[in-house]
Amino acid sequence: MLRITDLSKKYIKSPGTVIHALEGVSLNIGPGEFVVVQGHSGSGKTTLLLSAGGLLPPSGGTVEFGGRDLYKMSQAQRARLRAEGIGFVFQQFYLISYLNVLENVLTPSLALPDQQARTHARELIEHFKLTDRIGHLPAELSTGERQRVGLARALLNRPRLLLADEPTGNLDQDNSRIVLGYFAEFARSGGTVLMVTHSPAAAEYAHRIVQLKQGKLPDQN
Amino acid sequence: MTLWRLVTREILHQKLNFALGICSVIVAAGVLVAELTLLDAHDERTGQIMAEKEAGTAEEMARMEDDYRQIMKKLGFNLLVLPAGQSLESYYATGYVTEYMPEEYVHRLAGSGLMTIRHLLPSIERKIAWPEQKGRSIILVGTRGEVPVTHLAPKEPMLLAVNPGEMKLGYQLAASLELKLGDRTRLLGENFLVSEIYEERGTKDDITVWIDLAQAQQMFALQGKINAILALKCHCLGNELSQIRQDVARVLPETQVIEVDSKVVTRAEARDRAKAASQRALAAERANRVRMRGEVGKFASWLIPMVIIGSTVWIALLALGNVRSRRNEIGILRAVGFRSVQILNIFLAKAVLLGLIGAFLGYLAGFAIGAASGELSPNAQTIARLFNPGLLLLVLFSAPLLSALASWIPALIAAGQDPAEVLREE
Repeated sequence: MLRITDLSKKYIKSPGTVIHALEGVSLNIGPGEFVVVQGHSGSGKTTLLLSAGGLLPPSGGTVEFGGRDLYKMSQAQRARLRAEGIGFVFQQFYLISYLNVLENVLTPSLALPDQQARTHARELIEHFKLTDRIGHLPAELSTGERQRVGLARALLNRPRLLLADEPTGNLDQDNSRIVLGYFAEFARSGGTVLMVTHSPAAAEYAHRIVQLKQGKLPDQN
Repeated sequence: MTLWRLVTREILHQKLNFALGICSVIVAAGVLVAELTLLDAHDERTGQIMAEKEAGTAEEMARMEDDYRQIMKKLGFNLLVLPAGQSLESYYATGYVTEYMPEEYVHRLAGSGLMTIRHLLPSIERKIAWPEQKGRSIILVGTRGEVPVTHLAPKEPMLLAVNPGEMKLGYQLAASLELKLGDRTRLLGENFLVSEIYEERGTKDDITVWIDLAQAQQMFALQGKINAILALKCHCLGNELSQIRQDVARVLPETQVIEVDSKVVTRAEARDRAKAASQRALAAERANRVRMRGEVGKFASWLIPMVIIGSTVWIALLALGNVRSRRNEIGILRAVGFRSVQILNIFLAKAVLLGLIGAFLGYLAGFAIGAASGELSPNAQTIARLFNPGLLLLVLFSAPLLSALASWIPALIAAGQDPAEVLREE
């Protein structure tokens, strides 16, 4: 499903100062697999996730999703691929402040119009136990609720790959378990999950955990 | 969920940003519309003023024309067609004509098609001693009234015919002989009824007796003969005596034409001068109005571009601020699959909406200010006259376009924003 091969990413901070965020990272994740990438801050987790989602062109290596090399596509094609097959969940939720819960969940349908989007959004809202919050703005929600809205938004277009960047970073233990439970549920239904986190709780739900240290995966398997 | 929904929700959320943008468009559109409406109102008022003044001048000229005609009537005819053999020296010395010409000449002249003379009056006159009034010296004039000029519109005759058996008397004569209206008297053995006594003229007319031409010809035994044809020169510009002489000579070669009573000419010239002065005043008024319009136009010619440029810059700055404050939103929209062009459209759609609303409100405000501040009284009629649908369409088209252009660079920045940069910051 997702094949990352020899991925590297360099940032040039100033002339002569190069930061190697990723170096030769390879990772192969199949359908129905829930993989957690753990590492300290600055280890390159987010860079790996964004590159895997087609948002950050790497300095070297390839990222294949469904057999297609993301960075051989045009920007528009990558955007289309994200809309069709990839869902993102972030620690900061990135909900749009002036849209209510339903409208936030529906935003991916603007990128990929779908007649059934509204019905599906309501189903997701119900599934994530947000029905009584459907008309509320993000500012009126608890952090747990916001993350569930973010998760519902990520799932609207029925993606095959879910990319999560510290999704439980701002949540308490109970809410973290709920969210991780949903990821596991998504994987059980055949989806692929790549989650980067330093949360040890994620280990209970993941099929595989890989450690990222200074941009490298020393214990790749 | 639609793109418009997203745009309108954001607008409602960022009311101040949008309101500031709209205010800017309102000011730009309002200044444009107000200035153009003021100019339209000025033109309209100029038209009204000039129409009023021209109507007043025309009325004054018509009144002067009538006045002129009345004066001409009082002063009498100003052209005299005399037999070619008449000595002008003798005429000027004695004041009356001694030679004769056929009465038929007047008909020839009336049917000649000449445009330069009108009111033709054939007459025969002689200075005689009035035997029945102790040999009182008088001028006896036989007249038959005016001969219609067939090619010209009929005019009210300046001098009416004298009926056979009646006489009209000059003021001095009637006074000295104590003759009154309705008296009967005898002249050269004929009985006459005094049918009219003229007011004092201060000329030889005051000692003149007018009787019917045929009766005079019979009394003088000069049937079919006349001394003179009195005529009125048509007072047209460039219509000089020499021209009239040439015209008459072509029709009546055996005659000569002299001009009498220069007071008429002087009066007519005065009228022409008054007309010219009036026209100069009209031209000056028109020039003044044009100058005033030029001043307003000059003011508008720098104010409007300045305001439009200022408004454009302001909208661009607001759009830039809006883009910067929505970096996270742009990042997540890109993450869920928005293409650059869709991001661009979000900002341009907002700019177009802003321009459209601002243009409409700006037009209303500008029109109201222009109509209320103009030289016309603001009423329904004025509004209907000044309302310019073309200008409304122009504003409704150009303001959104300008707003979109102003937002273009900020929108491009938004569309080109690297989502990873934002999403990685956390």
